[in-house]
Amino acid sequence: MRRAIFAILVTAVGLVLLLSFKPHELTAVASPPSAVSQASPPSPGEPPSGRRQKDVDDEDSEDEDGTSIPRQDATVPQTGGTWTGPGVSSGAGSGDKVVTGDVATTRWGPVQIELVLAGGKMAGIRVLQAPDGNHRDIAINSRALPTLNDEALAAGSAQIDAVSGATYTSEGYVQSLQSALDRAGL
Amino acid sequence: MRHVEHVMGTVFSFDLRPPFGDGRHAIAEAVAWLHQVDAVFSTYRADSPIRRLGAGEIGLDDCPPQVADVLELCASVVTASGGYFTTRPSGHLDPSGLVKGWAIEQASRILTRCGAVNHCLNGGGDLQCAGRPAPDRPWRIAVAHPLRPGAVATVIAGDDLAVATSGTAERGPHITNPHTGRPALDLASITLIGTGLTMVDSYATAAFAMGAAARVWIEGLPGVEAFAVTPTGATWHTSGFPDTAPPVVEEAEGGSPLPGGKALP
Repeated sequence: MRRAIFAILVTAVGLVLLLSFKPHELTAVASPPSAVSQASPPSPGEPPSGRRQKDVDDEDSEDEDGTSIPRQDATVPQTGGTWTGPGVSSGAGSGDKVVTGDVATTRWGPVQIELVLAGGKMAGIRVLQAPDGNHRDIAINSRALPTLNDEALAAGSAQIDAVSGATYTSEGYVQSLQSALDRAGL
Repeated sequence: MRHVEHVMGTVFSFDLRPPFGDGRHAIAEAVAWLHQVDAVFSTYRADSPIRRLGAGEIGLDDCPPQVADVLELCASVVTASGGYFTTRPSGHLDPSGLVKGWAIEQASRILTRCGAVNHCLNGGGDLQCAGRPAPDRPWRIAVAHPLRPGAVATVIAGDDLAVATSGTAERGPHITNPHTGRPALDLASITLIGTGLTMVDSYATAAFAMGAAARVWIEGLPGVEAFAVTPTGATWHTSGFPDTAPPVVEEAEGGSPLPGGKALP
């Protein structure tokens, strides 16, 4: 437990997310994942272990969470709102399921999303509520939420487990999305 | 197995992976711990021991023993950071910069003790991950881009990993340089990684206040690495990160692509 193994994956996710949404690009990887080993830092009251270990990550080897995004032909019903996701251009399919996330209260207002599952996997996300109390909020969210959608979907395809960050709206978004994922049983 | 809990003014997300041990009991105990910490250390509750201690109404001996523990840890971070970490960020006693990370690290230990050895606990964007999510891969943590809401600045992977990000909030700076009393503006965000969130989170707060100088400081700390994004979108990282730095902010608005990686001194 005390040893640490850090590996920094070098990905193009950040770049891809800045571009207009193109599903096939979401899984692009700029270069093979690289890895780095790290000695343990000392915890308070404990000596460093000094062990060094290698951990090489294989970007393509896992699917055990079932949260990966189908890369094509997921179906999402077009019932209003703004959808993003691989299924955005497809018609509704009979196997789709919609899961509504909790309303997450952030400092700037409520955030709520809705999740569409196709074939048991996350296929699209719709923002049902976002802070809009003033123009600054609108300016923030008109950009923030669609890209957050992309991020969640990209995270699904890249098997990202969690997000570290320091903003309130993204926290609320992650919270609502998390609740929908919990309900969906992914 | 997942759980979301509202406590300490933010949202805590529990993500447990097999084997769960006594997972429900583990989560219940960890949640009770977080609420207990909140009751003791909340600076928003006038009746909390930390508020009453700060106001001089009670002494340290009158407080639960965790208060002395936390203040001792704070003192070590104040020393280690050359005063860039402070327990009085707004003039009154407020160890919040350390309490959340400490509470999360302790909660993680509770989960492990209850047999839920593989878990990731995310408290408002600061994480303590234990074990691994699956036998064949480590935890993967995306770092939200501070200048591009929704974009991912980099992805960190590891076992037994603590990750904390300090940065400007959506409405502008919220960390002050205690030496100048002015908002810290050198960095848009800085992410620290290590094994224990108590130190990683409080060091991240200090590093953000420190600004550009944090790079040298973190280099000198064993077992802690940093990744930072500056207000112009450039990035830097400490040498424990791979030489192949994450792609930088790409197509910055109204400017040419910015240098990244090791471009900064």
